[in-house]
Amino acid sequence: MSDLLKNLISGEVLAANFEESKPSFNSQEALDEANRCLYCYDAPCITACPTGIDIPGFIKKIASGNLKGSATTIMDSNPVGASCARVCPTEELCEGACVLNYSTKPIPIGDLQRFATEWAIKNDEVLFKAGKKNGKTVAIVGSGPAGLSTARELARLGYEVTIFEAKSEAGGLDTFGIVPFRLPKDISLWEVGQVRNLGVEIRTNTEVGKDIFAEDLVEEYDAVVLAIGMSKVPMLGIEGEELEGNYDAIDLVERSKNGDYPEEFAGKRVAVIGAGNTAIDGATTSVRLGADNVKILYRRTEAEMTAYDFEYEFAKQDGVEFRWLTNPKRFISDEKGHIKQIECVKMELQASEADGRPRPVEIEGSEFLMDVDIVVKAIGQTRHMKMIEAFGLEHQGGVVKVDPETFITSNPKVYAAGDVIFGKGIGEAMVVTAAQQGKDTALAIHERFKQSVTESA
Amino acid sequence: MADISIHFAGIKSPNPYWLASAPPTNTGYQVQRAFEAGWGGAVWKTLGEPILNVTSRFGASHFNGQRVAGFNNIELISDRPLEDNLKEIYETKKRFPDRVIIASLMVEPQREKWHEIVKRVQDVGVDGFELNLGCPHGMSERGMGSAVGQHPDLVERTTMYAKEAAEVPVITKLTPNITDITATAKAAARGGADAISLINTINSLIGVDLETWNTIPNVNGKGAHGGYCGPAVKPIALNMVGECARNSEVNIPISGIGGISTWQDTVEFMLMGAGSVQICTAAMHHGFRIIDDLTEGLENYLDEKGIDFLSDIIGKSVEKYTDWSSLDLNHKVVARINNDVCINCNKCHIACEDTSHQCIDMLTDADGNDILRVREEDCVGCNLCSIVCPVDGAIDMIDLTPTEPPMSWNDRQTAIQMLKNSK
Repeated sequence: MSDLLKNLISGEVLAANFEESKPSFNSQEALDEANRCLYCYDAPCITACPTGIDIPGFIKKIASGNLKGSATTIMDSNPVGASCARVCPTEELCEGACVLNYSTKPIPIGDLQRFATEWAIKNDEVLFKAGKKNGKTVAIVGSGPAGLSTARELARLGYEVTIFEAKSEAGGLDTFGIVPFRLPKDISLWEVGQVRNLGVEIRTNTEVGKDIFAEDLVEEYDAVVLAIGMSKVPMLGIEGEELEGNYDAIDLVERSKNGDYPEEFAGKRVAVIGAGNTAIDGATTSVRLGADNVKILYRRTEAEMTAYDFEYEFAKQDGVEFRWLTNPKRFISDEKGHIKQIECVKMELQASEADGRPRPVEIEGSEFLMDVDIVVKAIGQTRHMKMIEAFGLEHQGGVVKVDPETFITSNPKVYAAGDVIFGKGIGEAMVVTAAQQGKDTALAIHERFKQSVTESA
Repeated sequence: MADISIHFAGIKSPNPYWLASAPPTNTGYQVQRAFEAGWGGAVWKTLGEPILNVTSRFGASHFNGQRVAGFNNIELISDRPLEDNLKEIYETKKRFPDRVIIASLMVEPQREKWHEIVKRVQDVGVDGFELNLGCPHGMSERGMGSAVGQHPDLVERTTMYAKEAAEVPVITKLTPNITDITATAKAAARGGADAISLINTINSLIGVDLETWNTIPNVNGKGAHGGYCGPAVKPIALNMVGECARNSEVNIPISGIGGISTWQDTVEFMLMGAGSVQICTAAMHHGFRIIDDLTEGLENYLDEKGIDFLSDIIGKSVEKYTDWSSLDLNHKVVARINNDVCINCNKCHIACEDTSHQCIDMLTDADGNDILRVREEDCVGCNLCSIVCPVDGAIDMIDLTPTEPPMSWNDRQTAIQMLKNSK
């Protein structure tokens, strides 16, 4: 059977399906758009960028042919600026704020940012230098956007930084968690390389709690930063979840990032549960794996879905179908222990819950069966509870509590940034926000040690 | 990182960028803002007998949707009391001792008047003087500015007057509203100028309003010619800088002015012999913050070229700039069209067919695709097709392997003369 499926979609076609879907600007497009930028003073796009990139400045440098300067301006403000050029919801941020929205059409800031950073990548540019060593050491747990950003800023300030990363490669979400046709792995690994070039030691395959212990880190380093993000998709807690053909969207994306494409999707019917950005990733990945039909099942409606508009649009263009107000009740097995059907129930929305979102309630007797071959779960992410508890940090359901100014946790030596402090109605889960939190955390650490560092120097 | 500081006619500047004498350098507040942003120097708005100004004062030509391709003004020299300017120059220099302040001066071409103003301004401490012998509007009607700058003898004499009293370098600023720029450049050198700066603005009328038939800019229904500047004048300025740089009788440093907007323009002017550059219109269009890209772009360019000092590039293209009669008549360039890049707008064809040498054919290839092809034997290598082509890389201008040794018009005339003589 699997031999037959292999023939349906060849390895080459698969690999091509997972190449970056949107082409880069050529020089002419970049120049045309750069010259269209008004170079506003006190520009609203800068304010709208969580990392405060001098956007008119970097665009002006594209126009003048100073591409190194352009990339430096971007990466200076945002250590993961090449990734953000691809994954930021720009229409809600910089491009949404562009003054040209009121006269013609906004400048494609994300594409220009991609153009400038791509130039730096292609030319192997080293954009920053490490600061003079100041004798202080910092351990960072996790090498995603928040961890990398903290490390980059600290290294520039002269700190000796060690990152502990459980996976085999660094970069976290950008390397493993965003579909390759939106963000190729190489881009994230280039950003990792930029940080490594500053003398930051990145110990991959090193799991805190197993290969090294939390208390040792707190003991041995002057400060510890927890930037561990989030974990896998939680269990739905319904019958049949253990059946074959049941995938975790985060695992699925990670496999595709590694070029490890599951074969069984070709020609199949896929149901994705959930309607956030990860659900869209799960759905569009399924399409690229050759699925015949992909449906997103969501217990609320289009209005409540958390996926960005451009992600939603992207999925629709991929032919993904949406089944609103639909919830799975149980998975039904075939004779081999593989999913063959979902029993679904129709939902209706009732008055708001405490968090302001309408509450979905089952419509009695509306159960129906849906024929599927594969289910991809994307109903949020669990937390690295063990790790948080190993550090003994105060948290609320896995959301680590920090001082919003200093990013200090309940342990004064331990800081936290990124998705590990996102949730329960606080903050934003964007890569760009994590990058800024990393910068802020580094500054807060420096603020604390600045005096002793200057005295000893 | 390359060193972009300069030593210009004895004046040290942390970078080659000075604001030209113009509205941006009208007050201490403005010049200090510019220095905070990173400008290397400023040539203060021209000092002299305070004048009265009119409104409105500026006009601009926009070209195909790009604003300010060219810019003109009918503003005169400083309209503020000399004492106020001097006080602000003193304060600014005290706050920014490492930056350059040049005082631009304009008085009537009389020895006592020049001595008097040079001494007064010198007392507050400036790094040099620039003699405004170029302003083409208003002041010229009163026997100053370009009324002086258009007469080599007056240029020489005025420069001499200033030099007699000056203890700091004197830069004579030249007007382009003259047939041969080297005539006044040489005169400035003879008068003892430590350097020349060029170009001042060009006589111009920006336009006429189609509704009111008023000229632009308009002052209560009337207008007067103004000084033209901005990106559009760059080629005129670059030529004049080059002409002065290659003239052995000029032989003093040149501060390049005229349409410089980017670090690339700066490189061109410096290659063509400028030892510093002055900028006005680009700052008026975008603010002083443009200095960031101007300096960084220049540093990155030099780093990429492996050049440690900006001063090493000054004048490096001057020897390549010569008279037409020294050009090689046997050099052959032809156009080649890359049909895989070409987008088939046919602009090259029609430009060549109607206005050049009818050598670009519109053809169909074996697969039925439209293609364009140059008949190289008829191509004169004029560049027109590659100039009108909107796509990078669609047309290459190729140097053909020479079949004959180089021969210029001068060589040819000499050879003919030798033949005649031998007969």
